[in-house]
Amino acid sequence: MKPPPKQRPPDEGSVAGQVLDEAGMDRALTRMAHEVLEKHKGVEKLALVGIRSRGVPLARRLAGKIQSIEGREVPVGILDINLYRDDLTAIADHPVLRKTEIPFSVDGRKVILVDDVLFTGRTIRAALDALIDLGRPRLIQLCVLVDRGHRELPIRADFVGKNVPTSLDQQIKVCLKESDGRDAVELIARDKPAKGGS
Amino acid sequence: MQLKSRHLLGIEELAPEEITLILDTAESFAEISQREIKKVPTLRGQTVINLFFEPSTRTRTSFELAEKRLSADSLNFSPGTSSVVKGETLLDTARNLEAMNPDFIVMRHAMPGAAHFLSRACKSSIINAGDGSHEHPTQALLDAYTIRQKKGRIGGLKIAIVGDILHSRVVRSNLFLWQRMGADVTVVGPSTLMPLGIERLGAKVSHRMDEAVEGADVIMMLRIQMERQGRGYFPSVREYFSLFGLTEQRVRRAQPDVIIMHPGPINRGVEISSRVADGPYSVILDQVTNGIAVRMAVLYLLAGGSPREAAA
Repeated sequence: MKPPPKQRPPDEGSVAGQVLDEAGMDRALTRMAHEVLEKHKGVEKLALVGIRSRGVPLARRLAGKIQSIEGREVPVGILDINLYRDDLTAIADHPVLRKTEIPFSVDGRKVILVDDVLFTGRTIRAALDALIDLGRPRLIQLCVLVDRGHRELPIRADFVGKNVPTSLDQQIKVCLKESDGRDAVELIARDKPAKGGS
Repeated sequence: MQLKSRHLLGIEELAPEEITLILDTAESFAEISQREIKKVPTLRGQTVINLFFEPSTRTRTSFELAEKRLSADSLNFSPGTSSVVKGETLLDTARNLEAMNPDFIVMRHAMPGAAHFLSRACKSSIINAGDGSHEHPTQALLDAYTIRQKKGRIGGLKIAIVGDILHSRVVRSNLFLWQRMGADVTVVGPSTLMPLGIERLGAKVSHRMDEAVEGADVIMMLRIQMERQGRGYFPSVREYFSLFGLTEQRVRRAQPDVIIMHPGPINRGVEISSRVADGPYSVILDQVTNGIAVRMAVLYLLAGGSPREAAA
C-alpha cells in the first residue's frame, strides 16, 4: 500500500483503517446466512430484498450462501427507495431513479431487507414504506454488513456483519467486487463533518 | 444527473442526455402503474395547477393521473369556469394562481410561447402541455419512450410523420427530439399543410405517401383537424384519405415490424383506416399508457432542488 498523497481532493478523506478485508467480509456473510437460516428454521416463505445499490449484490451473495448450505433457492428482489426519501426536495442533485424489481409477491413472505451500511436509519424507513406499498409481508427483518451507529430513528438491524463505532466526521466506504472490483470495508476520516450518507 | 432547467418548456431546450435521463427515469415509473397500490409518496405536499386554456382530455387526464400517483395535490383550471371569460389577462391569471403558492403549473394555451412567457413571470416550475402550434414536449417524450420500448433505440430509425404538419405542435417537438437522437425523418402531407422551412428542423419533405412509408420503421399519423376543414386546405376528406390515409396496403410497404403511432384523437377513415388503427402494428394505446410514466418522470425530475432555484 502506498501512503495517501498529501494533496487530495477536498471531498475525499484518508483511509483511517480497514474494517473488513475480502476474507473477513466473506466470513461475515457466511455467518449471517447461517443466522438467517437458524432464526427462520429453513427457507420456507423467505425472500431477500437488496436496497439499491450495494444492498443488491450483498443480497445475491447471501442467497448464494443460503443455497449452498440449504440446497434451496431464495428469491431475491431489488428495491429503489428514492421515491420514498424524506429529503427529496432538499437535495439538489436528484439520485438517478432505477427500477424496483420484486419478481415475487411479498404478501405473506418473510422479507429480509439487505443493505451495506446502517447509519441514520432513514434509508430503512423509506425501504419499509416502499415494501409495504407492494403488499403485506408476514414480517420484515433487516440485515446489514456494517452498523456504524448514529441512528435518528428507532430502527435496529436483526443481522449485523460488523458493528463499527464511528464519529460523525468519519465515513464508511464499502467496496464490492460487483461494483468496485474489490471487496473491502474501510473507515475514512474526513476533515469536514459528515453530510448525508446512508 | 439532473435537468438544467426547472421548467419543461420545449424539447428545443433539452440536450440529448437530458432526454435520455427523462426516458430512463420513466422506465422506473412504468412499474408503479402496474402495482395494486398505484401510488408513491414522492410529491406529497406539493401542489400542481393544471391550467388548460384549450380543451384536452387525454393530456389533462394523463397529467392528473401522473400527479395523483406521485401523491401531489392537483387542481384543474379551465377558462370556461374562470375569470378569463371576464377579461383577465394571462399574466394576471398567472399572478393570482402564483399567489396561492403552487409548485408546478401545467399549461396548455393557444398562443405559441405562452409557457415561456409564464416561466419568466412565475416562481413555480412551468410544464408546457402544448402552446399553439409550437411545442408539446411531453407528447414527444412519450412518443420517444414508446419507440424506444418497441424498437430499443431511436437513432438510425426511419420515421415518417404524415398529415397536418402546418398546425401540429406534436411535429415540432418530435422533430427536435428525433433530430437530436439521430433518426432519419420524412414529413409527409399536402403542400397546403406543409410549413415553409420545415426541412431546417432536420426532416426530408415528401408529398407522396407511398414513397415516404417505403421501408419505414415508424409511421406516425397526425389528426386532420376537422374544425379547420372549412378553410380549404384540401378538396375533400375522401381525396385526402386516398392520397394520405394510412391503409393496410400502405402499411405493407413499410418494414415488416413497423409500428403505427398517433397522438390522438384519431379520425377513423380520415387519416387512418380502422383496420390499421386496431391492427397488430398499432401502438396507439401503448402511447397513452406510457404518457403517465413519462409525465411522472418529468414531475419527479423537476421537483425540488434548491440550488437550481438560486441559480434561476
